[in-house]
Amino acid sequence: MDSLARCEPNASSRFDALVARWRAPRTVGFVALALVVALLPLVMVNNYYYDIAILVALNAIVCVGLNLLIGYAGQISLGHAGFFALGAYGSALLASRYGWPPVVALAAATAGVGLVAYIVGRPILRLKGHYLAMATLGFGIIVSIVISTEDGWTGGPDGMPVPPLTLFGFVLQGERTWYWLAGGCLLLAVWIASNLIDSPIGRALRAVHTSEVAAEVAGIDSARHKLLVFVVSAVFAAVAGGLTAYYGGFITPAKASFLHSIELVTMVVFGGMASTLGAVVGAAVLTILPQFLTVLKEYEMVVFGALMMVTMIFFPRGIVPTLGRYLQRRRP
Amino acid sequence: MRAKGYPERGWPSAQPEGLLLSAAGLPQGVRAAPPEAVPRTSRPMRPQACGDPAGTLCVERLSKEFGGVHAIEDVSFAIRPGTVHSIIGPNGAGKTTLLNLLTGVYAPSSGRIVFGERELTGAPPHEFAAAGIGRTFQNLQIFFNMSALENVMTGRHLRERCGLLAAMLHTPRLARAEHECRAKANELLRFLGLEDYAHSGADSMPYGALKRLEIARALAAEPQLLLLDEPAAGLNPTEALEIDGLIKRLAATGTTVVLVEHNMRLVMGVSDHILVLDYGRKLCEGTADEVRNDPRVIEAYLGATDAPEALHA
Repeated sequence: MDSLARCEPNASSRFDALVARWRAPRTVGFVALALVVALLPLVMVNNYYYDIAILVALNAIVCVGLNLLIGYAGQISLGHAGFFALGAYGSALLASRYGWPPVVALAAATAGVGLVAYIVGRPILRLKGHYLAMATLGFGIIVSIVISTEDGWTGGPDGMPVPPLTLFGFVLQGERTWYWLAGGCLLLAVWIASNLIDSPIGRALRAVHTSEVAAEVAGIDSARHKLLVFVVSAVFAAVAGGLTAYYGGFITPAKASFLHSIELVTMVVFGGMASTLGAVVGAAVLTILPQFLTVLKEYEMVVFGALMMVTMIFFPRGIVPTLGRYLQRRRP
Repeated sequence: MRAKGYPERGWPSAQPEGLLLSAAGLPQGVRAAPPEAVPRTSRPMRPQACGDPAGTLCVERLSKEFGGVHAIEDVSFAIRPGTVHSIIGPNGAGKTTLLNLLTGVYAPSSGRIVFGERELTGAPPHEFAAAGIGRTFQNLQIFFNMSALENVMTGRHLRERCGLLAAMLHTPRLARAEHECRAKANELLRFLGLEDYAHSGADSMPYGALKRLEIARALAAEPQLLLLDEPAAGLNPTEALEIDGLIKRLAATGTTVVLVEHNMRLVMGVSDHILVLDYGRKLCEGTADEVRNDPRVIEAYLGATDAPEALHA
């Protein structure tokens, strides 16, 4: 086969590849997101807006990771709030009880969550579809119950205070500082996820999603790749969880609840599966929308649910992929 | 019985052909005794009868049962490197089941599969692939969420290992490897006449092109042994002729080809060796002429001995 597969890469093809890379939808999406993060402060008039933007960014980090699992590898998780909460409570406990520097506590908690995901993922990722959903759901519920009942450690249902994040002796406080921190972390997360998707590992994940047997026959160890992406997505959730805890200064078991897991999956599906930008848009819309709908008082959730249903009917593949296809078709 | 230590694998997309058989139709009394289920002790095991180091695929007393139905029963053969080896037989003879066994998609009930010096019995499919065995699928198993180019690049998975960290950071080394991978994938697409589809989504490609894309993806791994499951099925005569030429070109590059096919003109034209299956058992094997003139083959295909011209078509 060597004779027919030999190729000398030359300068012009290298340049073409570079141009192609820069014009790829993923790169365009990343640049667009960076611009939005950079320019948003121009229109945000008070700290309330900053607060919402920070929450959007932190949720989006979880969704970008979860999208790798759901959208690209085609595996479901209804327990990611568990990883989020373990990251949050882990950071909080290590920082407040043991006096670890908050950044070190965050790193340690994240590594711990990665290990938990590895141990939990090994047996349950053999399951498929609804059975995998059930197993991850079970994991999430266990985490939620442990956090609520171990009140000696976690403060139980009342929650626990979290010390502020310090970096090189500086205390990171205030919405404006956090906006840049969360925005930077989100861009980093999107960049990492995009790289991963565009790598041999990313192709292997997408292959496992469409045809596991064909992926295996191509030499892809499907079990190993599923486990890998499960751990990566759990780590994304743990980092976002830790940051959310430090930002809020207080955490409650609500963040570990089944409802939060569902919220995260909904954001991914709503924004568009197998689209990193879609995950960000989904997180943004579903975080911002309830804030607007509070004016409707008791009808808030009814309208929210109705809007979701209508969106899924008209944007069945999620907002970003459906719009993307529409724009592509419009272009001559 | 199942190979020890390995779970049964099977995908809903690959239905066992053997289930079409009725137990009553199985020929009786030909064989002296049922094959002893050979429990495997450990892997890799030093092969005994098999074990030609020169890339020979050796199959020894292979059997596969699906709930009491013998889809493949006591089949032994060897495939010499560099040859085109066809497996033919009437519908439901167990050809696809055999291919699934030879690629690890199914674990055999008993018997052994040895490739070169490597014992592969009971190994998962990706280990068969790593050993140098590639295949295509009769019912297309294309990655429809990717472009044609990406499908072929995925086929190079074994040739392009990268660590998680390198993938996340897109290191310059990975970028160079990706560039090379893309170039080789493009080369293969040209080889199969698919260059016009390189960047179109696989879901928008016509059937004939998808059949060739399957072959391109399998070739991307640079396999020593390529198993083609009905590559000409559903193709028009011109396209079938292209497959004919392709197999000859592949054989010329030294790739061993195993062909499962109903198109007799194609089989008789390209094969060095033909294995005939009937009801999951080996009916006979030999060169095209030997098989063509074997009365048992004619009987199996036509149920009568007075119409041999079909095989001469």
